[in-house]
Amino acid sequence: MFKKILTATAGAALIGGLAACGSSSSDGAGSGGSGGSGGSDDITMGFSQVGAESGWRSANTTSIRDSAKTAGIDLKFSDAQQKQENQIKALRSYIQQKVDVIAFSPVVETGWDSVLQEAKRAKIPVILTDRSVDSDDDSLYETFLGSDFVEEGEKAGQWLVDNAADSDVDGNGSIDVVELQGTTGAAPAIDRKEGFAETTKADPTIKVVASQTGDFTRDGGKKVMESFLKSQKGIDVVYAHNDDMGLGAIEAIEAAGKVPGKDIKIITVDAVKDGMTALSEGKINYIVECNPLLGPQLMDLAKKVVAGEDVPQRVVTEETAFDQETAKQVLADRQY
Amino acid sequence: MPDLRPLVRHQLMWPVLALVVLLVVNVVATPSFFSIRMQDGHLYGSLVDILRNGAPVLLVALGMTLVIATRGIDLSVGAIAAIAGAVACTSIAGSSQESATGTAIVAMSTALAVCVLLGLWNGFLVSVLGIQPIIATLVLMTAGRGLAMLVTDGQITTVNNPAFRRLGAGFVATLPVAIIVALVVLGITAVLTRRTALGMLIEAVGINPEAARLAGVRSRTIIWTVYVFAAFCAGIAGLMIASNTSAADANNAGLFIELDAILAVVIGGTSLAGGRFSLTGTLVGALFIQTLATTIPTIGIPAETNYLFKAVAVIVVCLLQSPQARAALAVNRRPAAAPVKAGVA
Repeated sequence: MFKKILTATAGAALIGGLAACGSSSSDGAGSGGSGGSGGSDDITMGFSQVGAESGWRSANTTSIRDSAKTAGIDLKFSDAQQKQENQIKALRSYIQQKVDVIAFSPVVETGWDSVLQEAKRAKIPVILTDRSVDSDDDSLYETFLGSDFVEEGEKAGQWLVDNAADSDVDGNGSIDVVELQGTTGAAPAIDRKEGFAETTKADPTIKVVASQTGDFTRDGGKKVMESFLKSQKGIDVVYAHNDDMGLGAIEAIEAAGKVPGKDIKIITVDAVKDGMTALSEGKINYIVECNPLLGPQLMDLAKKVVAGEDVPQRVVTEETAFDQETAKQVLADRQY
Repeated sequence: MPDLRPLVRHQLMWPVLALVVLLVVNVVATPSFFSIRMQDGHLYGSLVDILRNGAPVLLVALGMTLVIATRGIDLSVGAIAAIAGAVACTSIAGSSQESATGTAIVAMSTALAVCVLLGLWNGFLVSVLGIQPIIATLVLMTAGRGLAMLVTDGQITTVNNPAFRRLGAGFVATLPVAIIVALVVLGITAVLTRRTALGMLIEAVGINPEAARLAGVRSRTIIWTVYVFAAFCAGIAGLMIASNTSAADANNAGLFIELDAILAVVIGGTSLAGGRFSLTGTLVGALFIQTLATTIPTIGIPAETNYLFKAVAVIVVCLLQSPQARAALAVNRRPAAAPVKAGVA
């Protein structure tokens, strides 16, 4: 009985899906997009997103969806919900659907060789966005478009080195930093940690006294900060690998009766709207930007790659950093 | 020397011992671990954090205990928690008076009503259509987060409402509201299942649904009810999680909480085969899991190995609870306690 219902529902969903496909491809000049030979109008792109774990990621998704529409690229989008196996499944299904180009933000750095080989054998070019993969064979993907996370970590560390005089809040002669890491194994977590550690070596008084993953989420940041506040004495600085964990840390610091931004300095990376608001209110001290609006650049690259043009192996997105003053100025026209 | 055998044989002996060992490890690492002080008119300390952050797991585990007692399992609670948060936050954010208390009450009631509906759906699949519980609830586990994403539009919805904030992050009479709510639900559940025949009926259904039905127990109604209760508890937990950071995160709110809850139930001594259940055991199990989570940053386990640490601790507790494993480890029970310390420290 239930089986029948299930089959019927699945059937209906399938028909619905086909109908949707049909209608979308008829927009694209009706040439019935079996990949490759068509003009730039009917490029089909399969995109596998990490998830929607933060405001940054949501802005990234919106940018990609919107610019695909503007560029006339048929976008097949899937959300991996932070799981590599979901992402590999999505990539395999894009290969089977013979899309013209695959783009994805890898959840973690390793374990991509075999699925990327499959794409290569199917002659489907792959563009990495925002996060890179760790592989010896760089012929597996065309290009990597995204931020330089090591540089972001360095910028964060540099600010602390430059402002070291003000940052020893408790005045005990050492600047005790606690670090809220991103998801363990993710490229931004590894690189932001590395960049920060590298630049802060310049000042021997800066010490990372504790470091733990907060999974890039507010809840994670709050819980980890709560226990840091109890287990570590004299925390001067919080370095969070994204705004959301920083926002969670602010709540934990406030609950401990301290003033975020004054009693404990906060440095984060990303510059999403909620983070920028906190920065302009003085609760965060410094934010290194990680620009999520890479949709237009991605679509340009996709068109070039499909047309067979050469593209550089690495394309870096343009980014800056904000202190409390500049945050106030740019907050009003912040898109995300 | 007093006779310790009844104590050692008590089913809660080992989980409680594991909890105590874990607390001792924390105190050794951070001597001030037990210290509790007043901060801005409320209690502040690691133990308060454990209770407050453990409240959602406890709530979900309570519902799970009753479901498991009927020989079922509910995998959808994490997704239901995410939906509750998403519905409440979207409703508050879309309201014309975002910070009004009334708005929060309406939003939370709507969210809980949605959760009850989802529980009715789960219960319907299991009790009326007779689908295996693990499959029936798998439907919502996978689809539920999609629903939550649909509600929030894939964004993290941040809200600014003091009344809503109180549930997860607020205090009443120096105690966190989350603890009070969780304990009240625990109390009501205990009274309903232990002071009335309901608990016995649930156990009867779990031991043998057919025999229970022939004996005049309405198996179907009871099974249906426990799934609704589980969803309701998950809903409250979801509201707490969203309220804690004043934001609904459809992807991560309550992620894997179903596994934590099942673990809490199992550590507490309730058998997955159904039948006898222990609410006190579930309480101890939930506290153990939350203490474990707090231990990791407190004693400074590196991020790369924290899952391994959790796994080892859980395996040790499970082995301790297994009579066969205990017998194999040592003829004498006292040395059997040694591996806990070795494994956890």
